Amino acid sequence: MNLFSPYTLPEVLIFLLKGLRMTLFIAGISIGLSFVFGAILGIGRQMGKGIFHKICALYIECVRNMPLLLYILAFRFTMPTYIGNYKIQNKPVASAILAMTVFTSAMVAEIIRGGLNSIPKGQWEAAASQGFTRSQTLIHIILPQAVRNILVPMVGQFVTCIKDTSFCAVVGIGELMMNTTIIMGKFKFADQVIVLYAITAFIYYLINILLMHVSQRLFKKPC
Amino acid sequence: MFRLWMWQELFAHFDIFLSGFAKTILISVLALLLTFAIGILVGLLRVSGKKAVKTICQGYISFFQNTPLVVQVFFFYNVLPRLGIMLSPFILGCISLGLYTGAFAASIVEAAIQAVPIGQMEAAASQGFPFLTAMRLIILPQALKIAMPPMANQSVNLIKNSSVLALIAGGELMYRSDSFAADASIYGPTFIVVGVLYLIICLPLSTYARNMEERLKKGAAK
Repeated sequence: MNLFSPYTLPEVLIFLLKGLRMTLFIAGISIGLSFVFGAILGIGRQMGKGIFHKICALYIECVRNMPLLLYILAFRFTMPTYIGNYKIQNKPVASAILAMTVFTSAMVAEIIRGGLNSIPKGQWEAAASQGFTRSQTLIHIILPQAVRNILVPMVGQFVTCIKDTSFCAVVGIGELMMNTTIIMGKFKFADQVIVLYAITAFIYYLINILLMHVSQRLFKKPC
Repeated sequence: MFRLWMWQELFAHFDIFLSGFAKTILISVLALLLTFAIGILVGLLRVSGKKAVKTICQGYISFFQNTPLVVQVFFFYNVLPRLGIMLSPFILGCISLGLYTGAFAASIVEAAIQAVPIGQMEAAASQGFPFLTAMRLIILPQALKIAMPPMANQSVNLIKNSSVLALIAGGELMYRSDSFAADASIYGPTFIVVGVLYLIICLPLSTYARNMEERLKKGAAK
């Protein structure tokens, strides 16, 4: 008996893995970009002065408190097709990556701020007494200590980012969730659908558990 | 995006947004109650249950934390009717949101109970408190204080995640506004208004969470 009756299991799996490739592509690029922007925003909020600090704080608070789905839809529908004379290639994917980046960088910024906050104030004062400038203190003294407190929640946020790419199915990007839904339309029996979703859930689960496990192994606090 | 007629049209149909907003709040409150129930129950079981129970709870937590909410919602949405269980998207949304956030709440509660010094439990036992009474009267009130800020953060996540119901026609804010935007082809203003509406509920909660956190940290430093 064939479980996925119009198709065979390898065919279904290959289709799902194609979706997974898109999921990882979107997640990977947004994670990379949002790490950079998040770091700038987080440090800007913690140490910046004047208008820069205010802008960072406003951005983080606004973005953090709105749902990701809103960003995905908003960027999908309001992003221009042309910038000047240049046509944006593959607009749905580009808009999804942009939305994910905007959202995740606010979360990353918050994690970095928390990590910087966890370092006692005395460290700043001690460094200042030794003649370090603020940015020198940050780079040589604060960040190396804060990294331990930052990395584990950061990987947690990246796991969330991978999970959240499933929201992109709403705008019809062929990532893992969308491909699952497409195949599901061909099946009529409950057990087929259950197995299909189980496979999809298991793929996500495997990737995320792996990430979590590796991060906890690598960055374990010395006891 | 900034043409006047768009805004006029939008505010002429503002009741759409309000009804969606009300539904979002209702769903969030119901799902939050479920989340608290699951969180406390599973968290307690994780701390004090038998080994097999602990493993089951751990499985629940890790599975629901590491698979996307969208997959879970779609699973319930597509599979349950085929098994003969018909639920309205509203109830389905409450249940799946509760289960998803409950997994996070459970690990928060677990960590909070473990953060209470073990001497408290031993002292209670030495005074003849049965386990559950000691939990209820001595450990949980202290743990609750530690668990409050991350719980508030999870509540914010829950409210934001309730937008996932837009995918299964749940009729909440995101769904109503998205269909309004598509009907009237007024995209920019709609998304701005929706964002502000979400901000109205989420911002106080997350600010509260941050203040609590800072106060707890100061208390610990003293």
